[in-house]
Amino acid sequence: MSYAVKNVSQGNRELIAFRIGDQEFCVNIMSVREIRGWTQATPLPHAPPYVLGVINLRGAVLPIVDLSARLGMKDSEPTARHVIIVAQVNTRVVGLLVEAVSDILTITDDNIQPVPEVSSELEKQYARGILAIDKRMICMIELGALFPEKESEAA
Amino acid sequence: MDMNEIKEIFFQECEEQLAELESGLLKLNDGDRDPETVNAVFRAVHSIKGGAGAFGLDDLVAFAHVFETTLDCVRSNRLEPTQDVLKVMLKSADVLADLTNAARDGGCVDEARSRGLVKELEALANGEALVASAEAPKPTPKAAEPVQAAPAPTDESGFQPIPFSFDSFGDDEVAAEYGDTYEISFRPRRELFSKGNEAALLLRDLSRIGEVSINCDLDALPALESMDPEESYFSWKISLKTVKTEDDIRAVFEFAEWDCDLEVKAVEAASQAEELPMVPVPFDLSALDDVPAPAEESEPARAAAESGTAGEDAKMAAAAARVEKKESAAAAAAQTTAAAAAAAAQTTAAAAAAGQTIRVDLDRVDRLINLVGELVINQAMLSQSVIENDTTGTSSINMGLEELQQLTREIQDSVMAIRAQPVKPVFQRMSRIVREVADMVGKSIRLVTEGENTEVDKTVIDKLAEPLTHMIRNAVDHGIETPEKREAAGKDPEGTIKLTAKHRSGRILIELVDDGAGINRERVKQKAIDNDLIAPDANLTDEEIDNLIFAPGFSTADKISDISGRGVGMDVVKRSIQALGGRISISSRPGQGSTFTMSLPLTLAVLDGMVVTVAGQTLVVPLTAIVETLQPEASAIHSFGANQRLISIRNSFCPLVDVGRILNFRSAHANPMEGVALLVESEGGGQRALMVDAIQGQRQVVIKSLEANYTHVPGIAAATILGDGRVALILDVDAVVAASRGHSLKPEMSLAATG
Repeated sequence: MSYAVKNVSQGNRELIAFRIGDQEFCVNIMSVREIRGWTQATPLPHAPPYVLGVINLRGAVLPIVDLSARLGMKDSEPTARHVIIVAQVNTRVVGLLVEAVSDILTITDDNIQPVPEVSSELEKQYARGILAIDKRMICMIELGALFPEKESEAA
Repeated sequence: MDMNEIKEIFFQECEEQLAELESGLLKLNDGDRDPETVNAVFRAVHSIKGGAGAFGLDDLVAFAHVFETTLDCVRSNRLEPTQDVLKVMLKSADVLADLTNAARDGGCVDEARSRGLVKELEALANGEALVASAEAPKPTPKAAEPVQAAPAPTDESGFQPIPFSFDSFGDDEVAAEYGDTYEISFRPRRELFSKGNEAALLLRDLSRIGEVSINCDLDALPALESMDPEESYFSWKISLKTVKTEDDIRAVFEFAEWDCDLEVKAVEAASQAEELPMVPVPFDLSALDDVPAPAEESEPARAAAESGTAGEDAKMAAAAARVEKKESAAAAAAQTTAAAAAAAAQTTAAAAAAGQTIRVDLDRVDRLINLVGELVINQAMLSQSVIENDTTGTSSINMGLEELQQLTREIQDSVMAIRAQPVKPVFQRMSRIVREVADMVGKSIRLVTEGENTEVDKTVIDKLAEPLTHMIRNAVDHGIETPEKREAAGKDPEGTIKLTAKHRSGRILIELVDDGAGINRERVKQKAIDNDLIAPDANLTDEEIDNLIFAPGFSTADKISDISGRGVGMDVVKRSIQALGGRISISSRPGQGSTFTMSLPLTLAVLDGMVVTVAGQTLVVPLTAIVETLQPEASAIHSFGANQRLISIRNSFCPLVDVGRILNFRSAHANPMEGVALLVESEGGGQRALMVDAIQGQRQVVIKSLEANYTHVPGIAAATILGDGRVALILDVDAVVAASRGHSLKPEMSLAATG
């Protein structure tokens, strides 16, 4: 905890960057519990299309969300090379299916550029900033906005 | 252990005592006249008072004292426990519970109510006491004076000293006409108490060797401010009629004689009664025997005796309380003696306790349960991989595994049993609500409970109380008619509400049945139309109308009362039941009453399930729901209407339900001949044949919550982890059956949309 506090005070952030299709995204490393390989999920009836199902994470039932579909991009077709980022979102733990984890970034707040004005509501909803690193563009997303506490995920 | 922990133990015990008190009173109410029941009731109040005294909870002590006094009248057969008397007592039990809660959580209590009850209780006790003394040949002096002399802690809360009848003591003098009379003067010094001796015990021993008449001298008792709680202020004058010699009497004080001033002299029998200059404070020594004390004692002495009954905890409490020195004078004076008394009474208390219990932190149990759950899954995985790698099935590994399986199962059963609790405490709370609300609305209602020993997980019990309270209030307020209306309708003027609990399909089923007027469908419909819940021309079945009462913002009560009917009625109940993963439904017959049925999961429990395949997915169907399984033949399948199919089973027709389609796993109907039909009994009572593709086997599975990380899935009760490590879903049979009746599986369909 004190470590995190120190980081914040210096304006340092650690982020995990991952790839979906040809785009890169990143989330705060503090919300990531673990990263694991793809295993076949048990589908849930009447689930929204981006919920692939549930898997067994050491005795806990973990819902798997296709992040690509959740972000409004095309549905992923999970392969053995896909990975699941197990992330803590508010009180829940969610598995995020992504193509690959690419990087761990340590940045300061100066590196974060504001999200440009775009017409799409969806991007505005989750994007919290844009990073330019080695000529790559990485979009920082806010998991709390993607999976709000109150709203049921079916909505 | 610090003071707060001790206090917490006291409050926990209070809860138990209050439950005991209530169930005892209810038994009496049902006509039980067993003296043991009366004693149990008395003991409960007595123990609460004792502990409360040690903690200086004056309001509680004051009320318990009055209550106890009245109960003692019942115990000594001076007051007949009629229905009216018991009504007051049940109310008093409620107030006592309120006071206990207030003392714990710092809330406040309806003072007017408790004061009113104190008056009623006093009236009961007094009324009988006066009659009793009128019958007695020589009326004995009233003890009002000495009781007042002992500092009564809370006069402002309505506590008034009560005049007692002393008939029983008068009897002593008449009866004891044998042996010599000795006059003993006994003044304990401070050292006597600091050495752990107890004056009351000495007096009791004295009483065992002959007939005693004991008088306590309170003259030395200083004002409250100047009192030293550890000092000894009392002295006793005892006249003893006994056949024993003076030496025998001195032997009683053998271990205390250096710490007290003791005088023993023989006197003439005739003169002793008039010689006492002090106001006599009779002291009932039976308090120190196995039976708890009746009310005729001086305040400090009785507090001491009580601590004895309260047992070991009171001893600790008293010891701790001594350090605090915050007590009222009465309690403080008691402290010095309490520890010793408690020690002596420990054996008695231990003998009285039925079955030994320990208190364990819930977190520890939870952790254990989780670990055992993991163990079960792991064991299943292990045996599966052994089976896959060993085809002979006779190896020693297999035998060991079987044993392991049995052991795991046993461990799991025992661990689950730790958390399972009977629903009794919740049901008991309901009887109070029925009483209070019925009183408020002027109805006469009887609550009958059944299956209160049905066990369910603690977490469910904790969350059950709120919705149940709401429903009980509703039943009393809206369900049951007024006595006049009931009589006009040819019913018993006393309404009955029946609350039952039972296990059904791996869930707990709680039913609330009232014999009231039932749902007034016309009014409900009109109300729903007025409130824009349904369209005016909506064509609804009776069942749909009944279920309108669960719609948000619905209330049928003509006048808004403070009991129910603020428009936050049944929809709140429904939501809280659903939050528990449960369901609620209503059925009603006009003029005969309504039945609310709640079905709740036994969370964390394991269940025996049938593992089946549906559209390539593995599902678990709770075994308890399955009546039988059968392989349908083409000749048994009958089409019914456009989409429905029925299966004939021994000449009765039963709708076929395609599980795969209802769960949206496939869009087309499966061919019934290729699958297996599971005949299930649903909550509604009807049978349905669930179509699945194949049966894999039976297995005990650990229920894993889907809600923890996801959300409730309609048609699915929970998830589990199978031997191969994959998650399988547990079918919610009732929801699937309901869906097959045309109710959508989509959660929370807005009623406005259907209208």
